[in-house]
Amino acid sequence: MSTANGNKQKGGFLAGTANYLDERVGVAGILKTFGRKVFPDHWSFMLGEVALYSFLVLLLSGTFLTFFFQPAMTPVIYDGIYGPLKGAHMSVAYASTIDISFEVRGGLLMRQVHHWAALLFVASAGLHMLRVFFTGAFRKPREINWIVGFALFVLGMAGGFTGYSLPDDLLSGNGLRIIDGMIKGVPVIGTWISSLLFGGEFPGHGIVARLYSLHIMLIPALILVFIAIHLFMVVIHKHTHYSGAGKRDDNVVGYPLAPVYVAKAGGFFFIVFGVIMLVAATFTINPVWNYGGYDPSPVSAGTQPDWYIGFLDGALRLTPSHLEVMLGNYTLSLNVLIPMVVGVLFLVVAALYPFLEAWVTGDKREHHVLDRPRNAPTRTAIGAAGVVFYAVLWAGAATDLIATNFRMSLNQVLLSLQIALIILPIAAYIITKRLALSLQRKDREIVLHGRESGRIVRLPHGEYVEVHEEIDEYTRYKLVDFVNYQPILARPNARGKITIRGRIRASMSSWFFEDRVTPVTPAELKAAHSDTKELH
Amino acid sequence: MSDKKNGLVKPENAEFDYSAGLAKVDADKFADPGIEPHRVRMTDKSVKHEKAAARQVASLFLFSIASSIFAIWAYFGIKVYSFDLNSIRSNVLFLGLGIAFGMLGIGIGAVHWAKTLMPDAEVSEARHQTRGSEETRAAAIEVINLANEESGFSRRKLIRRSLYGALALFPIPGLVIFRDLGPNPSDTLKHTMWAPGLKLMRDPSGTPIKASDVELGSVFHVIPEGLAELGQNEATYDEMIAQKAKAAVLLVRVDPAILIEAPERKDWSYQGIVAYSKICTHVGCPVALYEQQTHHLLCPCHQSTFDLPDACKVIFGPASRPLPQLPITVDKDGYLIARSDFTEPVGPSFWDRKA
Repeated sequence: MSTANGNKQKGGFLAGTANYLDERVGVAGILKTFGRKVFPDHWSFMLGEVALYSFLVLLLSGTFLTFFFQPAMTPVIYDGIYGPLKGAHMSVAYASTIDISFEVRGGLLMRQVHHWAALLFVASAGLHMLRVFFTGAFRKPREINWIVGFALFVLGMAGGFTGYSLPDDLLSGNGLRIIDGMIKGVPVIGTWISSLLFGGEFPGHGIVARLYSLHIMLIPALILVFIAIHLFMVVIHKHTHYSGAGKRDDNVVGYPLAPVYVAKAGGFFFIVFGVIMLVAATFTINPVWNYGGYDPSPVSAGTQPDWYIGFLDGALRLTPSHLEVMLGNYTLSLNVLIPMVVGVLFLVVAALYPFLEAWVTGDKREHHVLDRPRNAPTRTAIGAAGVVFYAVLWAGAATDLIATNFRMSLNQVLLSLQIALIILPIAAYIITKRLALSLQRKDREIVLHGRESGRIVRLPHGEYVEVHEEIDEYTRYKLVDFVNYQPILARPNARGKITIRGRIRASMSSWFFEDRVTPVTPAELKAAHSDTKELH
Repeated sequence: MSDKKNGLVKPENAEFDYSAGLAKVDADKFADPGIEPHRVRMTDKSVKHEKAAARQVASLFLFSIASSIFAIWAYFGIKVYSFDLNSIRSNVLFLGLGIAFGMLGIGIGAVHWAKTLMPDAEVSEARHQTRGSEETRAAAIEVINLANEESGFSRRKLIRRSLYGALALFPIPGLVIFRDLGPNPSDTLKHTMWAPGLKLMRDPSGTPIKASDVELGSVFHVIPEGLAELGQNEATYDEMIAQKAKAAVLLVRVDPAILIEAPERKDWSYQGIVAYSKICTHVGCPVALYEQQTHHLLCPCHQSTFDLPDACKVIFGPASRPLPQLPITVDKDGYLIARSDFTEPVGPSFWDRKA
């Protein structure tokens, strides 16, 4: 209770400040609630952190760039210090990008920091999503947070693409041209959207300024809002932890926020920023001065989009010839439409996966202990198939480079990738599922018979056996702590009928859980010990 | 650990609330041995190691200070000369390295501090189900009921329904105002700058091309007469870019014997010189590569390949339509000129290109 004069605080400046803040914003309550919150520790939990920190780097470096960049397509004659372009006609946007690179000290460094951080942001967000997928962290109660994270990934790609197009150089101009061609391929409304986006015919004179508004305002604002929701939900749910001794659905095991996580996570921000800075200082990225300003006629061979757009570009390339059809007088560009639909469908299925899996398994419980990927073999196999599908599309964006670098026929590279797009995901599914089941059986074997010690002993009657070392109870618990699920059965409804929906669900469920390996029970372990010849 | 307050009864080590789902709970299950005992680190048991770790952390922070000072020096000290790109490279490199090591020193130091000197025994904290307790949910429902009653939201149908209508309509003006982002798509998409008698000019110099200058197997990047002049004037520069995006042409001379020409196109070429739109019919990249031996045109973006002697038909890649041909001839001075505009829209397909 403060008196009219406030409480006299003992201690120095820090105590005084703390008292000042507490009496005005109630900082003591906040610290009491959050100061010693427990946060689990695992290297894979850092992937999301990397994404968060690279976003902060993007905000900082991007703000610097806005002070010098001019997002206008007004033509100018270049008169800067870069000799090869002197006297060339170009847009103000391109000229100011060259000026940032050569006439603003630290400008080129900041451009490279910004571009590398963008690549890292999407990459780490993608890897974070894979971690969440393969460990089943998206299960109840985190399905909505998966959607929020998914939105962040898509916003990251959108932020990347809008930024990539801003310098108005030859490379990004051709990228925009491809986008325009794809938009025009949308039936009925494509021509309209293109005209609205470019303010008339491609390329118009407004697209850079429009992308700039999206790039520095709308998209980062949305990303910030979604990050806030994402982290708020992490606080509500508390972080998941990997299965292991002492880790349950009703507790959270790890280190306290203060001081350990303040030091680790705070330090990690500096490490992420430092590494981006190190890469930016030593590796050139997007040297736009080599490309020249945008001109619709030239194009350089072997051009590549930024990595995260690659899967869409690959989808465009892998589409077979002659798919365009006429509907009366109207043109339906299936050769452009199909890859767009495939790309979007892939993302939609990924976004909805938590709900699909929950429907198939009928699992409505809360999960806070992560699955080891081997203990959910079908999910892991589906994930592997998805990763391979994406990877083949991605490789498709480099058909020309693969062909020239490995001296192969471009036609055969493309044909192989078309076949691979169908075959490899199926193969990945089968192989991954078998691998997961084998690993589960290996776990069973280790629990039942112990670890191979490598010590060979000769028994009195001449037989040689290898000594197996029994594992300790903590290791054992990690290997047996998973649940033996049962598939859903098709049950008659109130009117005594088994619905088609019910049948589909039941067969999907038995497919999802088929071949499952059950965890070792204490009784099994006891039996294994009593009738074994192994030495321990 | 019973948590009656949250409506849950959870015996120690039991799985969470089995209200639904199909997990089979084995009665015969290994007991959770609890968190693994803490393993003592060297820094916990040896003062020497502890002091060494403390020194390492402080050294990393000092290294950071030195690096930041180095970065400031690099910014001001490494002069950037306008004629020397190497000076820019050094400035970027040393400024960047200074900042990078300034950050890495802090980051690695802080993590090292946490890992060696701060407690590393794992602790456990209770976690509750996300859903509120029964009392909380009842209280929430009470709040909603009270709000409903006080406002009459359910009772006053007229107010409620008119509000729904208002809320449904108010965003529409917000969408409508974006209408002026661009004009109606017009027929300009279907036409280019090319017109009867316009000379074929070299890109980008804008000089005319004599038929006799075009040797067998040579390729010219071509723009229409007058386009280069548009580019010289700042007021018409945008117009130049927009026109060039449709009018760019590739000019090639091949042996007339290998040309497969439709009867109606017999007079579109001149002594084996053919001109085709350079804008790919797939998604609009410039089809900039000509293979002299096979007479194929290749788009470097998505590798659509067009067979030049056979009316530029698609022989590989995702494109569907041949490149449109520009009908050409020569004028009285022997310069190549267009006979007309393209006879079909150039570039990527769009819904009403034929309509």
